[in-house]
Amino acid sequence: MNPGFPFLTVLVLLPAGAALVAALIPGRLHGLIRAVGWAGSLATLGFAVATTVEFTSGQGAYQMVTVHPWIQSLGISWSLGVDGISLFLVLMTAVLFPIAIAGSGKQSTDKSFIAWMLLLEAGCVGSFLSIDVLLFFLFFELTLVPVYFLIAGWGHEKRGYAATKFFLYTLAASAFLLVGILALVAIHANQTGVTTFDVRALATTQLSGPAGILLFLAFTAAFAVKAPIFPFHTWSPDAYRESPAAGAVVLAGVMAKLGTYGIVRFDLELFPKAVVTLAPLLLTLGVIGIIYGGIVAAVQKDLKRLVAYSSLAHLGFIVVGAFALTGPALSGAVLQMVNHGIYTAALFLLIAMIYRRLGSFSTADLTGLQSKAPVLAGVFTLTMLASIGVPGLNGFVGEFLILSGTFLTHRWWAVVATGGVIVAAIYLLWAYQQVFHGTPTAREAAFTEMTLREGLYMAPLVIIIVLLGVFPGPVLNRISPSVDMLITHVEQVAHPKIPVNGQPIHLTAKPTGANQAETEGAK
Amino acid sequence: MIRAAFLIPLFPLLGYAILAPLGRRIGNPLAGWIATLLVAASFVTTIVVFVSLAGRAPRNRSYTQNWWTWFSVDRLHVTAGILVDPLSLTMALFVTGVSTLIHLYSIGYMEHDGQFPKFFMYLNLFVASMLLLVLGGNFVMTFLGWEGVGVCSYFLIAFWFDRPSAASAGKKAMIFNRIGDAGFLLAMFLIFERTGSLQYQTVFARLGLIGEPSLVAIALLLFLGAVGKSAQLPLYPWLADAMEGPTPVSALIHAATMVTAGVYLMCRINPILYRAPDAAHVVAIVGGLTAFLGATIACAQNDIKKILAYSTISQLGFMFMAAGVGAYVAAIFLMLTHAFYKALLFLGAGSVIHAMNDEQDTKAMGGLRKVMPITAITFMIAWLSIGGFPLLSGFWSKGDVLTNVYGFSPALYVLGALTAVLTAYYLGRCYMLVFSGEARWVEARPSGDGRGHGRLDPRDPSWVMTLPLVVLGFCSVFGGLINLPFHPNFVFLERWLNPVVGRTLFNPHLGTGAQVLFAVVDAVLALAGIALAFTLWRTAVNRPEIEPTFLQRAWYIDFGYDRLIARTSTVMAGVMSTVVDNKIIDGAVNGVASVFRTSGGVVRRVQTGYVRNYALGIMAGAVLLLAYVLTRTVS
Repeated sequence: MNPGFPFLTVLVLLPAGAALVAALIPGRLHGLIRAVGWAGSLATLGFAVATTVEFTSGQGAYQMVTVHPWIQSLGISWSLGVDGISLFLVLMTAVLFPIAIAGSGKQSTDKSFIAWMLLLEAGCVGSFLSIDVLLFFLFFELTLVPVYFLIAGWGHEKRGYAATKFFLYTLAASAFLLVGILALVAIHANQTGVTTFDVRALATTQLSGPAGILLFLAFTAAFAVKAPIFPFHTWSPDAYRESPAAGAVVLAGVMAKLGTYGIVRFDLELFPKAVVTLAPLLLTLGVIGIIYGGIVAAVQKDLKRLVAYSSLAHLGFIVVGAFALTGPALSGAVLQMVNHGIYTAALFLLIAMIYRRLGSFSTADLTGLQSKAPVLAGVFTLTMLASIGVPGLNGFVGEFLILSGTFLTHRWWAVVATGGVIVAAIYLLWAYQQVFHGTPTAREAAFTEMTLREGLYMAPLVIIIVLLGVFPGPVLNRISPSVDMLITHVEQVAHPKIPVNGQPIHLTAKPTGANQAETEGAK
Repeated sequence: MIRAAFLIPLFPLLGYAILAPLGRRIGNPLAGWIATLLVAASFVTTIVVFVSLAGRAPRNRSYTQNWWTWFSVDRLHVTAGILVDPLSLTMALFVTGVSTLIHLYSIGYMEHDGQFPKFFMYLNLFVASMLLLVLGGNFVMTFLGWEGVGVCSYFLIAFWFDRPSAASAGKKAMIFNRIGDAGFLLAMFLIFERTGSLQYQTVFARLGLIGEPSLVAIALLLFLGAVGKSAQLPLYPWLADAMEGPTPVSALIHAATMVTAGVYLMCRINPILYRAPDAAHVVAIVGGLTAFLGATIACAQNDIKKILAYSTISQLGFMFMAAGVGAYVAAIFLMLTHAFYKALLFLGAGSVIHAMNDEQDTKAMGGLRKVMPITAITFMIAWLSIGGFPLLSGFWSKGDVLTNVYGFSPALYVLGALTAVLTAYYLGRCYMLVFSGEARWVEARPSGDGRGHGRLDPRDPSWVMTLPLVVLGFCSVFGGLINLPFHPNFVFLERWLNPVVGRTLFNPHLGTGAQVLFAVVDAVLALAGIALAFTLWRTAVNRPEIEPTFLQRAWYIDFGYDRLIARTSTVMAGVMSTVVDNKIIDGAVNGVASVFRTSGGVVRRVQTGYVRNYALGIMAGAVLLLAYVLTRTVS
């Protein structure tokens, strides 16, 4: 390992720099702009892969930490670090951006499109890597601007409405986050005399019950809208629907994870007591999201809106996993963030392919595509099955870990959430039947098979879907040490009387064997 | 050689991996031959493994092979690997054997189909999944296969996806199965919570740690999974619709193998059922009721495949009845023989449907015995065997089930005996309508579907299709030899399976005399059904008085599902989408926004722009909230 090389800083600055370059190139040099887009996003991917290779498996703490004081009087610093929870989200982001650019056709020669995309990538990567809360907030907010312009500039019919709704909704929610951050830092400064935004320091703040809960709610408001969590989701079907293909891929694949990542990173780390107190509420919202999202998805006639509601359901699983507070559930939730990013991105890209050929997202306009394009249909089927949670593909492992882990501490939520697997099958199969089965009409006569180019950018996603389904081990081995540390932290703060003998005590850690029989008997 | 066990599922998986990218280039019929040979290779491997396992002492006949750690977090450790024991290997043997025959048959049956390579690709994937299901060394591996066969079943039912009915049937099968799968998942969560493991052997060793209520819950949840997969009450309607798939699929997946997965699961978890007798009783009773219900419906169906489908539901009920009373050997015995004769019935039906240019209505057939002698004879063997004609395989296997059921509950036995009569009867009716009597098709159905044929010219198909018929016919006749009653030396299957299924709950310990008595009763039941069919249907074609509408419509249960559940939930979902989501939730959001907008409008008139107002309002709110928090905390 080369500790001197600032991998993380490069990961953030590289796409930002490329965005700047794209912005400076004259707009008529389309080829050059496209090249910058490719170079910027692929170089970022290269560094993300290098970071993953450099990452030491089996360690829970932040690695490759970089701290540069920024505004010293206020304790704000350029602090980046990566742990098992953020590592694969960064990698996933780096994988999805070049694919999203590849999947956006002619738009990828548009100067401002490429500049906004790359800036957005910088914002997303920066959010995942920041261990300074204010820095996180800046990146978190920075993402809004590019997305606004991407939707408003390259979106579909109602792009103006959708972009504004998205912008205002998330901005309003972010205000709570900012207030929460400032309040937390003030309280911390009050207690220790040190003004800092470092999340590791802030995690030691002593919070009274009500203060913790208020701050938790302020943080969670921003994350719940961003994810989105029921009932803060109504911006998302509009935003996903009106976004250009790349926008939908990034919104659902990457930016939704900013919300769930924020919950795991900041809510759990900073407000363990409030998390334990309010877990039933958030679990309930997650479970409602699973069932409600699935049911509403079942009656959507627009493919993109359908995927939006299905995302609501899948994010519900992630929320449930985050608040169940067991090792398997939380590791599953982190893994599922990556899984969901991959297969949702694939679904949006496939839907964009259909749109490019037929100009419609409506299930009523589409039929019989399988006989025209069996390969496209096959890839769609595989993605759909991954999303349903069929074992052997990536969705299953995450869902199984989340549900079995949640069952240990919050049984009835897990039971209702399991019902979600039935609902998921209903809406996706129904949509598939309408669009792909049946006999093509004159309208679909000219529908063409997936091109080589399209196949090339879908291939990585397909490979990841299968690999993560069959060999998720290397990923989980890197996620779970960090998750274990986090859960130990939550439990130590929330239940300080439980003795800890160097071993993480999990709510799950029921003794095996005979001891357990006694516990059973005692019940 | 037992180490070669990993090859058993690998061969068909390899076939899938070859055919998925290259199938269309390989083309017809080579793709079919590759698929068939790979499944045959799997069959041969299974025999080799079988021989080496049988060479071990009975209590050492268990071999675990771990491939890699599938996923592992904290104590939740799931291995990708298999468990080779007499039960899993018996399943693997008949699955690969029957699959090989049906693959061979399909080369002929699907000859002219445009998607020929794709068909064999799915078929290979199915066989691989089914083998993972039965060989899986833990619940999650079995679930992997379980879902895999479900997905393949979906692909293959909807194989002719340009037909809306086929597409709908595929979806329906998947959804009904998913309901059961939810039960399977919950059972796994509960098992893991209570035992800290999902590995079969570990879980079974720790059963003493689980209270009986939890065991009953686990068993019933797994049974829910089995009910979905094996089409039992109340989740059976998908199987009748599944007949939309190509007929070899119906034979392989929806008769011989996949639908028996539920029975296999019940046998696999026999240590749990042993400790949860209440759950076992539910299994037996549901099985008995399904057996009877399925048989009554089969008596009034006219579509040849629907008759066989309801017959399968009914026979699966018999198997569950056996598993529920603890007669696991009888359940497996019936599963084996059923695989032979039901596959034979379906393949025979396929030959008939082929010869009749896709006609499936038995009322439009008749007299085919003269023109399709091999098909007719093998079909008759299958009918007599399933009906329990003395000395044929079905006689022994069904007798074994009924004898054990009697030991549990004479009432259930009566239900079973009644079903046995009906079974012999409805397949007799089917045989008569199709093969004997007058030919009702010569004038009635000149093939007018534009394919350029003249009149129908039904005849026996080519050897790739008749050879499987003959082999299965042979097995249907002599299959009973693997487990004969009367003498402890003849119960080969029972001795072979004993290390896995152990002691039974209701072992009747009958003497030879009682066994002979039961055999005689069974024979009488079978002959009664056969005679009834013969007298009623030898000449007649329509007998409305014994084909009532409520039986033709399958007791209106499917209809009820559609009206009560499907339609209400569609309406509910519509309300949720249009009213709850658009009006209430989004309305609230827009309401808040419009308040901002109004107030913003006032300010805008004074000086500022639109977005800046929001920023201002947000900052003001932020400061207020911050102040509140600080005062609360400091004080």
